[in-house]
Amino acid sequence: MAEDLGDGSTAEMDEYETLMSTTDVELLKTAWRNEKAAPEILQFQALLVKRAREQIQLVEETVEEFEGSGMDPLTVSLYQMDLDRAQFLLRSYLRVRLQKVTANSLSCVLQIEKYMFYIWKNDNLRNRLSEPEKIFVKRCINDMEKHIEETVLSKLPDNYQSARRQSIISEEDDMVPEPQLDTFVACKSSKNFVSIRLVDSERPLEMERHDVSFVLYKVIEDKIGVEIDLV
Amino acid sequence: MAGQSDSPISLFSPEEVEFIAEDELMEIVPNMRMDPLNFICGDFGPFFPQIPVKVPLWLAVALKKRGKCTIRPPQWMSVENLTQLLEGEREDQGTFQAVPFHYIEISRLLFDHAREDIPDIYMVRSLIEDIRDVRLHKVETNLEKFSATSAVKIAHLSAMEVNVVRPFVVRSLQAFYKHDNPVVTADLDSMSNRQPQVRQPQVPNNARRFE
Repeated sequence: MAEDLGDGSTAEMDEYETLMSTTDVELLKTAWRNEKAAPEILQFQALLVKRAREQIQLVEETVEEFEGSGMDPLTVSLYQMDLDRAQFLLRSYLRVRLQKVTANSLSCVLQIEKYMFYIWKNDNLRNRLSEPEKIFVKRCINDMEKHIEETVLSKLPDNYQSARRQSIISEEDDMVPEPQLDTFVACKSSKNFVSIRLVDSERPLEMERHDVSFVLYKVIEDKIGVEIDLV
Repeated sequence: MAGQSDSPISLFSPEEVEFIAEDELMEIVPNMRMDPLNFICGDFGPFFPQIPVKVPLWLAVALKKRGKCTIRPPQWMSVENLTQLLEGEREDQGTFQAVPFHYIEISRLLFDHAREDIPDIYMVRSLIEDIRDVRLHKVETNLEKFSATSAVKIAHLSAMEVNVVRPFVVRSLQAFYKHDNPVVTADLDSMSNRQPQVRQPQVPNNARRFE
């Protein structure tokens, strides 16, 4: 390990990545990138977030102790930097999920929050949220419905009283925006080799670690975080 | 599509791409003693004067800024290796040379913070810029040869390059996909009709009658 550092050949770089991916920071970074690049909300990484929180708290306490005990200021500042980086990752991860839930909320009135109604009415998606996220979405929906009710719906005739439907004759929730899953994402394999079945081709897409592929989101959806990471 | 359709700019900001690259390991030569650092992102050290040790790039830069170490540039950053890479890039228009996934970010950070530690820095810098330009040009010309497909694989594309070409590649693939799948087209159309509504609220047609 000591000799191959900085060599730059891909096999060795890969070994690094594997080695690095054992830390929670690296896992959190991957989760953040996946979440950011995916068009829909992904499963909340509850255990990982819990572990990251605990570690952050522990280091916060350590840094305080260091400061109290007259520890070398350089060391203290380095611990603080490590802490800042971990906190940035955790915040970014949590925030990108919230943005996804409420994207565009301020830029529209009738269109309501972007995906929150969609996520809420779909059990599978709703279960991907953490408990605090569920509370947040629920409150958001209530506030938004109340706002729409007061500003718009109460001034409209009886047939137009739903925040989710255009009118009483709509058969489904036709005012609930849905994420576009027919989109393409950039991804890398987290294993040495991965084979992906494509929709329009007999031949599978075969990827090695050094390959970057742009593929239809739905063909790799199930592999994200397992064999494939979004970049 | 949050973050994708909403902004035409890159999914990751250059700062975010750089942040990601800062965890890459670098070799440094400390000039001081320091106990091991048990960080959230891993354990590093102990540090002894003149004894090379591996640390993440951000830590290397932090120590360098405080005058506590010199950074050993990675071997791929040698003039020799870069000259070969550049030749390879120029000769073979179809494929990309194997470069580290974060070569742009790593070299930039080292140029900014450890210039005196890089031998032949001017040469190294201009070689890396050339490699970058040739590669970006190659991506562009290769994209012209795109055909309708549900996947495009590019070996050795780097992180920054992915981020730069992503908006264009994703949009073109989506356009091809739409033409290839008439059934989906209806969906995509209704989506794209809906998109503008998100930005500029429109009163639904049937409601307008009551104005």
